[in-house]
Amino acid sequence: MNRNIRKLGVVIIGLYLVLFVKLNWIQVVQKQSLDTNPLNTAQVRRDYNRPRGSISSADGALLAQSIANPDPNSEFDRIRVYPEGDLFGQITGYFSFTFGSSAVERQYNDELAGTTFDQQVSGFSDLFVARENVGNLSVTVRKDVQQAARDALGDRAGSVVALDPRNGDLLAFWSWPSYDPNEISTLDSKAANENWRQLNSAPGNPLRTHQFQDRYFPGSTFKVVTGGIGLQTGKVTDVDPSYPFATSYTAKNTTLPIKNFGGEVCGGTLPEILKTSCNSSFAEMGAETIGADDMVAGAADWGFNSKPPIDLPGAVRSVFPTDVANNAAKLAQSSIGQNDVQASPLQMALVAAGVANGGTIMKPHVLAEVRNSQGEVVKSYTPTPWLHPMTDVFADTMRRDMLGVVQSGTAVGMQIPGFDVGGKTGTAQLGTTPPRSHTWIIGFAGPPGQPPTVAIAVVVLDQSGANESTGGVVAAPIAKAVLTAALKAQGYGS
Amino acid sequence: MTRRRNTELGLMLMVVIITASAYVLASLGSQSRIPANIVPFLVLVLGLLLGAHVVVRRLAPNSDPILLPTAALLNGLGYVVIAGLDEKLAAAQATWTAVGVIAFVLTLVVVKRPRSLERYRYTFALGGIVLLLLPLFPVIGRTVNGSRIWVAFGPISFQPGEIAKVVLAIFFAAYLADQRELIATSVWKVGPFRLPDPRYLGPVLVAWAVTLLVMVYQKDLGSSLLFFALFIVMLWVATQRASFLVIGFSLFGAGAFFAWRSFTHVQTRVNIWLDPWKNPAGDGYQIIQSLFAMAFGGVTGTGLGLGGGVRIPASENDFIFAVIAEELGLAGGALVLMAYLLMVGSGLRIATRAEHAFDKLLATGLTLLLGLQAFIIVAGVLRVLPLTGVTLPFVSYGGSSLVVNYVLLALLLRISDQSESARVPVSDMAVVA
Repeated sequence: MNRNIRKLGVVIIGLYLVLFVKLNWIQVVQKQSLDTNPLNTAQVRRDYNRPRGSISSADGALLAQSIANPDPNSEFDRIRVYPEGDLFGQITGYFSFTFGSSAVERQYNDELAGTTFDQQVSGFSDLFVARENVGNLSVTVRKDVQQAARDALGDRAGSVVALDPRNGDLLAFWSWPSYDPNEISTLDSKAANENWRQLNSAPGNPLRTHQFQDRYFPGSTFKVVTGGIGLQTGKVTDVDPSYPFATSYTAKNTTLPIKNFGGEVCGGTLPEILKTSCNSSFAEMGAETIGADDMVAGAADWGFNSKPPIDLPGAVRSVFPTDVANNAAKLAQSSIGQNDVQASPLQMALVAAGVANGGTIMKPHVLAEVRNSQGEVVKSYTPTPWLHPMTDVFADTMRRDMLGVVQSGTAVGMQIPGFDVGGKTGTAQLGTTPPRSHTWIIGFAGPPGQPPTVAIAVVVLDQSGANESTGGVVAAPIAKAVLTAALKAQGYGS
Repeated sequence: MTRRRNTELGLMLMVVIITASAYVLASLGSQSRIPANIVPFLVLVLGLLLGAHVVVRRLAPNSDPILLPTAALLNGLGYVVIAGLDEKLAAAQATWTAVGVIAFVLTLVVVKRPRSLERYRYTFALGGIVLLLLPLFPVIGRTVNGSRIWVAFGPISFQPGEIAKVVLAIFFAAYLADQRELIATSVWKVGPFRLPDPRYLGPVLVAWAVTLLVMVYQKDLGSSLLFFALFIVMLWVATQRASFLVIGFSLFGAGAFFAWRSFTHVQTRVNIWLDPWKNPAGDGYQIIQSLFAMAFGGVTGTGLGLGGGVRIPASENDFIFAVIAEELGLAGGALVLMAYLLMVGSGLRIATRAEHAFDKLLATGLTLLLGLQAFIIVAGVLRVLPLTGVTLPFVSYGGSSLVVNYVLLALLLRISDQSESARVPVSDMAVVA
């Protein structure tokens, strides 16, 4: 019998060998195709059933948390809820087992789940204590400032980005239309699918975080960049050159004139042409005083043509054309933020922040810190410079010139009694009839005589009218309201 | 032969350390916290496994040192994975482990000589058939997940088929030890073929009929395959006539074909096996999720407690191998397969070293039950065979299966101890004494 028993052993080894080969086939050879199969939700489902930390605003409002699933029959123990709904939807993002995750939920997934290396190590150190090793995250955005941005913009499509220029803390990060992440993170997959479909076909694309995922003509707000390049290259000062008073500028060897708004006559030195937002002067400054090479290099120094290093996924780069060396007309138009120039609201806020912070643009970010369940800080954000487009002397010049625009220029609507406020309006014509424009304002504010503590960019899309005052009329009150709320939150004023 | 026992003790200690570490890791993974009940858990696991070892040291000192630690490793790993899926099930599984170890000890105490079982062969035969058919009786029979394999007496419910496996293996061994010479030498010439005497084909046909009955009425495909393979292979080993294998598996093939043509539940199983992607949200859901889970695990796995196991229906039972392969990866899956091969190797070694035909056949049968059952369910999970719901021995959640497998283990150790004791030279005996 022993011979047959040994044969049996060989047969069983053979059978198990088949299993081993098939196991290799599934886990190694087919891994890639199975992992990427559209029916496969393994990654998100795995995270969905684990405890997950909360997300809070800088002023302590609860933005996202995981609570026990009230449905005992569900295959999920927890549900993710967003108490502030669409007010913070673009910042927290959603966390859905059907659609994955976005924004902070995605960027800081490991911190929230407590699976970073540091968190795991600290979890081992207290071996016999029962507690959840998750990370509770707080963002730099404040609910009160965010709410002010929302109230001021109302139901007009547009974006508001406010940040602290000294460290890059985003204070308000709002755009409309927005969405409520509860609708997508619901465990009812049928409802989630329907909501997803509706949001994707809704006008204005609410699922996009327009602040840094969409870009528009920056219009006259770009003149801050052109002026800044002029100052930094030494080709422009507050007194020289003084541009001719004219109604239009026609670049050399071209015939198409760049007209001033409403056929106005304007000109003069940098402080003067910034106040009047003089197209003919800035076009000449870019095309002739500065020239193509310095404009292209300078725009890159201000962050154009690269993605802003924000700690949220999906940022788009803003664009300044690089093919302007032999195209004076395009260079002239680009110098006033038209033609192929495109900027995200975040990028324009960073331009204002660079002026406000002595010429250094800090990396924009939403992460404040991560704490463990004992309240100990396990990770906190360290402010880091991104770009340095101007030396502080030139930045100070530009800052004073922008204060002038608010004192007696196109941005007087931004004045806040008791504070130093600087700004620059923009009206990017869409070339439609009747005329419509994206209306912009960028700027900064701070206590009198001190460096600015808030920088801002506001864009309101597709407004009727196309003259330079439009930006001041539409966008300035929004900027004023948000700046006021931010200054108050920082402990200044009433 | 205390060296064997010291080997076993060393292996047991390793298993305890591995299981306890795995438990801590799994809890960190699934709950993000160290389990508060780690100390009582450790004491329980340590106590049970070391208790089993001490009993073996006293009652079967010369038995194989590999089987118990390997079973303990599988049991511990299964417990950790079940705990990661559902804490309530884990508590029940711990209780069943305790019952299993008690049954293990009782078996070693009661069965002093394996051949004492041989005398009760027809009692076992009757018992086995009654146990198999028990779920078909009204009132006590229960249908769970489409299979009528449960029996409930008041609050206690169990799967008598699990017990029937071991009981029938004992009967087969006794019957074949008795009759094998007759069966092997009798020849029925049909033309050029030398077939076994039809008189001795009777038992084969009875086994086949019972198997079909189980397949058709209890809808338990895996168990029917297991019973039939058990009988035919034991017959082949006993008589050394390959014609039984040919006849047996032809009969089974014909029966399976008939079942496939006639019964929708068999057709469904086969269709899912052939193409699960036809209906990925319905029939194919379970197997597809299991494939996703294993692929997600890759070579090294997601880590214990970090799998998404809940989404595979019956993940704590039929599909527990997929969860292990997800959380521990190819490495963990291969480890489990190796563990079963190790047990099969030890079991068959016991069979070859046993002196009496009954002992040899019983050891072969019990080993085959273990190895084949694990193969059938893993092959189902990996889509090598159509899925048939049997448990993964020592790993799956389930009381009946766990307890019976511990009894099976005790019988193997008893046979091993007996044959090794007989081989111990007199000088060694003196040392032991």
